[in-house]
Amino acid sequence: MNNIFVYCEIDEGAVADVSLELLSKGKKLATELNCKLEAIVIGSKLDNIEKSLYPYGVDIVHKADDTRLYPYTTLPHCSIITRIFKEEKPQIALFGATSIGRDLAPRIASSLRCGLTADCTNLVIGEYTENKTGKEYKDLLYQIRPAFGGSIIATIVNPETRPQLATVREGVMKNEIFSNSYKGEVRNIKVASYLKDSDFIVKIIDRQIEAKKINIKSAPIIVAGGYGMGSKSGFNKLFELASLIGGEVGASRAAVDAGFAEHERQIGQTGVTVRPKLYIAAGISGAVQHRAGMDQSAQIISISNDPKAPINSIADYVIIGDVNDIIPKMIKYYKEKSK
Amino acid sequence: MGLRIIVLAKQVPDTRNVGKDAMKEDGTVNRGALPAIFNPEDLNALEQALRLKEKYAGTEVILLTMGPTRASEIIREALYRGADKGYLLTDRKFAGSDTLATSYAISLAIKKLAPYDLVISGRQAIDGDTAQVGPQTAEKLEIGQVTYAEEILGIENNKITIKRRLERGIEVVSSPLPLLVTVHGSAPACRTRNSKLFMKYKHSKTVTELQEATEDYIKLQKDRPYLTIEELSAADINVDSEMVGLSGSPTKVKKIENVVLAHKESKILSDQDKDIENLMKELIDNHIIG
Ligand SMILES: Cc1cc2nc3c(=O)[nH]c(=O)nc-3n(C[C@H](O)[C@H](O)[C@H](O)COP(=O)(O)OP(=O)(O)OC[C@H]3O[C@@H](n4cnc5c(N)ncnc54)[C@H](O)[C@@H]3O)c2cc1C
Repeated sequence: MNNIFVYCEIDEGAVADVSLELLSKGKKLATELNCKLEAIVIGSKLDNIEKSLYPYGVDIVHKADDTRLYPYTTLPHCSIITRIFKEEKPQIALFGATSIGRDLAPRIASSLRCGLTADCTNLVIGEYTENKTGKEYKDLLYQIRPAFGGSIIATIVNPETRPQLATVREGVMKNEIFSNSYKGEVRNIKVASYLKDSDFIVKIIDRQIEAKKINIKSAPIIVAGGYGMGSKSGFNKLFELASLIGGEVGASRAAVDAGFAEHERQIGQTGVTVRPKLYIAAGISGAVQHRAGMDQSAQIISISNDPKAPINSIADYVIIGDVNDIIPKMIKYYKEKSK
Repeated sequence: MGLRIIVLAKQVPDTRNVGKDAMKEDGTVNRGALPAIFNPEDLNALEQALRLKEKYAGTEVILLTMGPTRASEIIREALYRGADKGYLLTDRKFAGSDTLATSYAISLAIKKLAPYDLVISGRQAIDGDTAQVGPQTAEKLEIGQVTYAEEILGIENNKITIKRRLERGIEVVSSPLPLLVTVHGSAPACRTRNSKLFMKYKHSKTVTELQEATEDYIKLQKDRPYLTIEELSAADINVDSEMVGLSGSPTKVKKIENVVLAHKESKILSDQDKDIENLMKELIDNHIIG
């Protein structure tokens, strides 16, 4: 009762990164609230999956293993989770803000008549006083998210309904092992008794999912290009610099929209959130939606011909000039100095 | 095989291009200054419905929107593009509704408009970006949902086939009807206004708008009933007042903050060789790179 639950997505046979990030955050919240952390894993061939979860400090793994449960479809996952929530009465339940989490969580919220906040970028425990009634609440989950195209940040609470439901953006929580020797327990769910035939009305006929190719999220250095790179071939110089200094190439949305880079490389509110030790922004103006995905970087270098570009004010180094000039110089001097 | 399709759409402030005139002096957004538009992904949804109408004779496309009186603008916009009818779900009681309360009201309106074969909406609205109202409405209607549709491939023997757009690929699914489908922005753009339909519907008005109209107008509407856009109030759909508006919304906004730009002391460098050389040396010496 009253524990924190994380729905764990399965991707290519393993627990998805975003779910591990949520477990890491969930453990911190559980410690603060002095409750347990529980995981729900639903899929097929889940033998030993709990071993990848225990190090995150998971106390109980609810496992539903059945060939009909992978790949994901909405209704069976919804039925299983809804029933678990009714029985276990979690205080908080977290989902990744992925195509699965954002399909599933609203349906669960509607069925339990609970409040749900989409696409959170931060979660904090705090108190709340209802304006009208003056009623005070302790230990609520602050669900913090950008709204209005990223121009404002809203803090949302669900004072009355439980669980407090949130979907959380991939990459904003750090993936952190709690203890490699942590041991929890598995509860195997008797799947058949949780499901009805009508849960299987939607059938998957075909699926063409590409394996994850680019993993900019875990790159220690990111060389990101914006619209100011001017062309796709301008990006080639960024690839050269990135591979030289051991980084990955990222991009702004304007650069992706212009066809300079793949969507998978997009950084920001509608792309990936990154926190590398070095972020080089080349020809990026630094709109709020872009900064939302990179402002936690340890060091930022901005290269821009506009001294007033907003990105400059969060940069540690600002180089004023033409990217086409400066990137080759960086390549040249890196080669010289690193010898 | 005529279908009855209900398209859900919302009028939203255009948050995509917050121009200089929409900025207040303190750097915050003046929402009133943003133009009100047809939510972009709802236009993709409308297009999918209109394509089904072309494919399956006798199909009827009904646009349903919840919002203030002026949201009738998007109903007219839908009529100009080929929708057959529009309903405006409007009531003071709905003010302050979160997604749960909104989906409750919308689901009751849909039940009122039943029977239906399909409910189609955009994936999400750009003012909130929650993507929750679609799935929540499906749950309340007790029907299945298929989200992120890129293309409705066809309907045969009461079975619909849909291509979905996911993060790293596509999925093709089938489902019996009725079904709720949310449409992804990667779906084909909506057709533009049809000039004949524009002439036909440009004088269409909601019941509230008619109250302020001239005698001539009222006569025109009497002669041409298709020009009246129907309104549905909370009472018309029998809502439980406790379940809409602020009281029906479990989520509460605790705080709204404007995004302020954090400020760092930055080192300003020129594009001269000396500066770049020193920078690269510093980065290597500090083990940031290399
Ligand atoms: C809801 C919503 C979500 C969004 N999500 C994202 C997101 O996830 N990620 C994202 O990045 N954006 C996002 N955007 C878009 C964002 O608002 C900006 O439009 C975008 O980030 C701008 O990209 P940019 O900086 O590359 O282009 P620009 O703003 O055009 O900036 C280009 C910069 O390059 C400089 N420049 C030009 N030529 C040169 C040169 N030769 N040498 C040096 N500098 C040069 C210019 O001075 C300028 O500062 C979103 C917008 C909305 C409304």
